This record gives sequence, structure tokens and C-alpha cells, in this order.
Amino acid sequence: MLIIAVLLTLMAAVAVAVAVQRNLFSVVVLGGIYSFLMATVLVALDAVDVAMTEASVGAGISTVLLLGALYLCGGGEAKPLARPWLPLAVALVIAGALAYGTLGLPAFSDPQAPIHTHVVPRYLSAALAETGVPNVVTAVLASYRGYDTLGETTVVFTAGVGVIALLRRIGRRKKPGRGQ
Amino acid sequence: MTAAASHYSYWITVLLMVAGLYIVIARGNLVKKLIGLSIFQTSVYLLYIAPGKLIGGTPPILAEGFRLYSNPLPHVLILTAIVVGVATLALGLAIVVRIREAYGSIEEDEILAADRAAERRPAESR
Amino acid sequence: MKRLIVLRVVAKMLIPFMLLFALYVQFHGDFSPGGGFQAGVIGAAAIILYALIFGLPAARRLVPERLVETLLGAGVLLYGGVGLAGIALGGNYLDYFVLGRDPVSGQHRGIFWVEVGVALTVSAVMLEIFYLFAGRGHRFDE
Repeated sequence: MLIIAVLLTLMAAVAVAVAVQRNLFSVVVLGGIYSFLMATVLVALDAVDVAMTEASVGAGISTVLLLGALYLCGGGEAKPLARPWLPLAVALVIAGALAYGTLGLPAFSDPQAPIHTHVVPRYLSAALAETGVPNVVTAVLASYRGYDTLGETTVVFTAGVGVIALLRRIGRRKKPGRGQ
Repeated sequence: MTAAASHYSYWITVLLMVAGLYIVIARGNLVKKLIGLSIFQTSVYLLYIAPGKLIGGTPPILAEGFRLYSNPLPHVLILTAIVVGVATLALGLAIVVRIREAYGSIEEDEILAADRAAERRPAESR
Repeated sequence: MKRLIVLRVVAKMLIPFMLLFALYVQFHGDFSPGGGFQAGVIGAAAIILYALIFGLPAARRLVPERLVETLLGAGVLLYGGVGLAGIALGGNYLDYFVLGRDPVSGQHRGIFWVEVGVALTVSAVMLEIFYLFAGRGHRFDE
């Protein structure tokens, strides 16, 4: 409980550092730190599958991708012309409204909260007998919610096709006599 | 439990969400905007996962001798969302790279200025 | 980075274990944390590490782009194919109960092939994205 609070506070500090930092290279490195903190929080919250994904995707692949993009686009950020008072005010108002809204949500780790009473007891009690898979996350992912995962895989596929369409050069071989 | 202890994870979630939103609307650099968008996204992961935790529970892998498991359903939803998130981040970065090649800049106001200048003299620009 | 001997030796030692770990995460995902999404990303990360140390052309020789693009579609088709197999054997779309002799073994078979499809698509997408971003910068020197 305490360790979760400490890690969450560190995450908030890193997020604020990302917001004020202007060197994009530092921002990407801070993003890697942020993802590892997130993965640790997820382990503390018992979401081990998600933590593994976040550590390999957030801290690994997306850091490499952002560095590749910075190499192509340059790492400096221009100074804005005006002080961003309006965005800050908008953000603070939204934060206040959301924080007021959270007071109506169930308390942390409340076993009577709707999230724990609706379909999940059935998954936990029947998954092993019905699928023979002890890891309930895998059972729900691949079997009970197979349609959902099919959709997500299709989205990943579509995003990959989109990147190919945007970035692939049509003529792969350079023309002779052109360039160097 | 006081409200501060029982709602702390929600408040950090709100803070992360607002930090991401602020980066998206206040900063003109397109790469920075995408990083802000992914911070926004991670706050949603937290919003889903944190209520699923039960103090004293274990990760939802069924085994002898354990009775109390944390909620597996948000884990499934967020697990796929993370991978989709990085794929869409890559798509966004690809668009930014193409914008950089077309305009020579990834600052929002410079791109808008270039667009306005091109509108003013349509005959010469092509 | 090809000339730094420390990086080269460490990478050569690490990459086989990364690939092995990806396979472990894939096939042990029923009993421990893991599954197709994580295994795909870890496997792609191993190849990306190889490309970072030994250069993009070497990685393209090891895993040609053509193969990556084939796997990209093959994973989704495999996932959809498991669903169609359910229809062909007299069940509904993505109905695993009819895939085996008894319901539990059918579930096992369905989950196994679905996870393989997910891992293929995810690893191919990650690798293809990396190839495209890394290849964009080297206009003439490939």
C-alpha cells in the first residue's frame, strides 16, 4: 500500500518533469524511466502480465521508436511566443472537476465494488474447469474474449500497414546516375 | 480509511491525465504532443488497473492454497491496449516524419505559417 | 557501432537468450505471466538489438523484409482461420469447444493457435516499423 503510494508519487514527478523539459532527448529518456516506474506499480497492483508488456513495449520498443523519430526530426523544441496561461487554466479546471468526481468512486481495494462483483467471480471460478488454463488472464484474453483480441490484433495489423504506406519508398533501388 | 488514503491512486491518475492533456494543448512540437498523448494513455491504464487490486490478493494465476485473486478483467483490456498504443504511436510518428519532410519543421505554428503563405500565393507555389 | 567489441560480444551472448525467453513466454503463457503479445514484442526486441549493434543491412539479411511482411498478414489470417475452423467443425465462429476430442483439449488447441497468430502479427509489426524508421535516415548509403 505504502510502496504503491511512493511509486505513484515518483510517476507524477516524472510526468511533471516531462511537461517542463524542452530537450526532447531528455524527454524520451524520462519517458523510459516513467514506463519502468509504471511497470513496477503494475507488479505491485498484481497485474503481472500487464507489467511485462509495459516494460517491454513502453520502455523498450517505444523508446527506440521515439529516438528514431528524433534522429529524423531533430531534438530541439522551440520556445513558445506567449506564456501558456490558458492551457494551464484549462488543465487545472479539468483536474479539479475530475478530482471532485473521484470522491464518488469506490475506495481503493473495496471488495464490494461493482468491478469485483459482476462477471469476474464466474471467470475466476470456472476458468480452470472450462479451459484447463490456470492463468486467468490468458484464458479470458484468448478464449472468453477472443473476439476482442481478434479486433485488437487487426488494429495492430492496420497500424503496421499504415506505417508501411507512409514510410516505404516505392523505388527500392536508387536510380543510376542520380545522387552521389 | 480516510479519503486521502483510499483515493490517492485516483488523484495521481487525474494528475497524470491532466499533465498529458496540458502537454498536448500547450506545446507546439508534434513529437512532444505525441509523448503527452502517451502519458494521457498510461493514466487510463492506471484508472483501469488500480480498482482491480485487492489488498491481500495475488495475481490471477490459479493455484492451490490461494483464495483471493485480484481482478483479471482490467488486465486483459489494458494488456491489448498497451500494444495497440505503441502501434498507433508509431503511426503518429510516421505522419510526423512525413510532415517534417514536406515542411522542414515539426513546430505547429511554423507549419501553419507555411500553409497560410502557400494559400496567399497559390499560382507561384506550384 | 559495429567496431565496439564489448557491445558486439555482449549482444551476441544476449540475443539467443532473448529469443529463448520469447519462446518461453509464448509457450508457458498458460501457466505463468505471458502470452502472444509479450512474446511477440520480446522477439522483435531481440532482432532490433541485433540491428542496432550490427547495422540495419545485416538485420535485413537475417530477417528479410519480405518475410516480415508475410508474417504480418499471416498472424491475423491464422487467428481468423481458427475461427473459421470452428465453423467448419460444426460450432460458431471462434468456438474452441469443437476443435478437440473433448471440450478442454479443444480449448487448449484454440488458445495455442490464437496466441501463435497474435505473436506473429505483433512481432512482425514491431520489426517492420523499426525497419522503416531506421531505413528512412540512410538515403544513399545502404
